[in-house]
Amino acid sequence: MTEFIMQPWPWWFSGVLIGLTVPLLFLLAGKAFGISTSFQEAGAMCAPCNLDYLKNHPWRSGIWTLVFASGIALGALVAAQFLSSSAVEFLPESFYSVGGAARLFIGGILVGFGTRYAGGCTSGHSITGIANLNWPSLVATIFFFVGGLAVTWGLGNLIFGGFVQ
Amino acid sequence: MSSLHVEPVETGTTETDQRLSSNSEQADQKSDSFPRLSTILAVLLIGVYFGIVLTKSEVVRWQRVHDMFLFKEPFMYLIIGMGVVVAGVSMFLMKRLHAKSIYGKPIEYKPKPFHTGVVLGGMIFGAGWAITGACPGPIYAQIGGGAWIAWFTLAGAMTGTFLYAWLKPKLPH
Repeated sequence: MTEFIMQPWPWWFSGVLIGLTVPLLFLLAGKAFGISTSFQEAGAMCAPCNLDYLKNHPWRSGIWTLVFASGIALGALVAAQFLSSSAVEFLPESFYSVGGAARLFIGGILVGFGTRYAGGCTSGHSITGIANLNWPSLVATIFFFVGGLAVTWGLGNLIFGGFVQ
Repeated sequence: MSSLHVEPVETGTTETDQRLSSNSEQADQKSDSFPRLSTILAVLLIGVYFGIVLTKSEVVRWQRVHDMFLFKEPFMYLIIGMGVVVAGVSMFLMKRLHAKSIYGKPIEYKPKPFHTGVVLGGMIFGAGWAITGACPGPIYAQIGGGAWIAWFTLAGAMTGTFLYAWLKPKLPH
């Protein structure tokens, strides 16, 4: 049992637990599972911003998204420090460089811009949305993969040169 | 389907909510209020749970995401697929049984509308996901798990969010 927990978890176990996050949040907090709204929330909390998208966001009630994000960070800390028999390699060593940081920053811009423009990410669209048979979420998910596959297969060598292990 | 043109912003305040605005769950800009403490605690605990699952399942690893886009292994597809099925069955059961949240409110899913951004923004996010190896949840997990370089991903994501907020009036929706 301890052995099972300390090793990386199998896909079926992880998949079930990820799926259960949706009813847990609905039943215990009355919230729809979704993470990228936390970016809008963080933006809305910056006082001098005069952009409608941030100014009109209900940041007080929306603060739960940042609490959720903090919980995720804390959970990852617990998992990496106490529930793993070997170190978790989040990002390959090669990302710890000026070039790597630049790639992450530029990729991060695409993540922030894209999720906000699409109105959700893997959690809000792909999991919660599809689970509710919301067809625009299925369309969004298909285009997540169109974008990801295009970059990986089309610009792969240019972007990941020296990064693929 | 007029709801398809509604902005994906949390609204739906009732008179009762406004009367109890100090601890209402949903609020619009005019009666926006902080969630109650028990909600904050529940969200924090579920966040910790989700962070542990993300990390132990390895979906927070750049390599796993890269191998997914290379079709090298079915791992990520199986996890996402299983997650969708379990979430879908849960939603079906909760709706069927008219389940309520612990505050006695009915479980309501507010559909995310279709607009041009679902396609364009979706592709842009997918590209970012492939480059950084992280969708929004894993960004927080990578940072919490000790991959400090992922702060650059978060800084980028915040920059992208401000960029979107700034360009939103000019973008097709």
